[in-house]
Amino acid sequence: MFITRRVEFSASHVCRHPDLTDEENEALYGVAARLHGHGHNFVVEVTLEGEPDPVTGMVFDLKRLKEILNEEVVRPFDHRFLNLEVPPFDRIVPTPENLAVEIWRRVAPRLAGEPARLHSVRVRETEDLHVDYFGGGE
Amino acid sequence: MICLTRRYRFAASHRLHSPRLSEDENRTLYGKCNNPFGHGHDYTLEVSVRGPIDRRTGRVASLSALDRLVDEQVIRAFDHRNLNVEVPAFGALVPTSENLTIEIRDRLGANWKRAFPEGGAVLERVRLHETRRNTFELMGTV
Repeated sequence: MFITRRVEFSASHVCRHPDLTDEENEALYGVAARLHGHGHNFVVEVTLEGEPDPVTGMVFDLKRLKEILNEEVVRPFDHRFLNLEVPPFDRIVPTPENLAVEIWRRVAPRLAGEPARLHSVRVRETEDLHVDYFGGGE
Repeated sequence: MICLTRRYRFAASHRLHSPRLSEDENRTLYGKCNNPFGHGHDYTLEVSVRGPIDRRTGRVASLSALDRLVDEQVIRAFDHRNLNVEVPAFGALVPTSENLTIEIRDRLGANWKRAFPEGGAVLERVRLHETRRNTFELMGTV
């Protein structure tokens, strides 16, 4: 069974790579490359996979998942300029792809030893764009 | 593995009517979708791209390349068109959302390598919402 918890944070970012020219950045990232940054109301959906516990009837305590997501994602990311204030985005471009991988890296260790496992992290940048990360391969 | 999904919209009209069925059979099978004058929908299309994240750019695929491909192959071909009359594939084929999803998948697939010559990104899935209640989904083949 899959259970999903959603959290939101509002943050600014700029998608540009220091090794590329202005023209190359503009071609690659479009308006997201504009120098001074812009913001989104990011929506993060974290999905765990497991079986309901026979006693509690729960795959995982959603209150605890909420606390974990607040500690690992909302508090460090909310109302921040990701490139300037949230490592590793001082070194890597804060695309939704990289955000999903970073959120996975932060959340997965908090579930170590639990019966439920992390299945996916969805980062929704806008209503028209989201990414799903299933771990591995990075 | 990472999968990026981008949403697009187009509005089009169609009429569901099979030349292989009688008038009565068409009316029974397709109901109000068989209205001789046609009708339309605001379609929503979700295109999902799967692949590794490029270490340098942090992207699985170029969004501008994806937007160009979808615009060229889907939006310009279908948006504010009568699918039966203006899209050659639906001259003989009933423009159900099943067939429309196949047509979109095939158009994107046939032009995928040209849009993404650097490779890496594959077409994971095409999902077409005809209305908020009807959704059609096909896995990619490239």
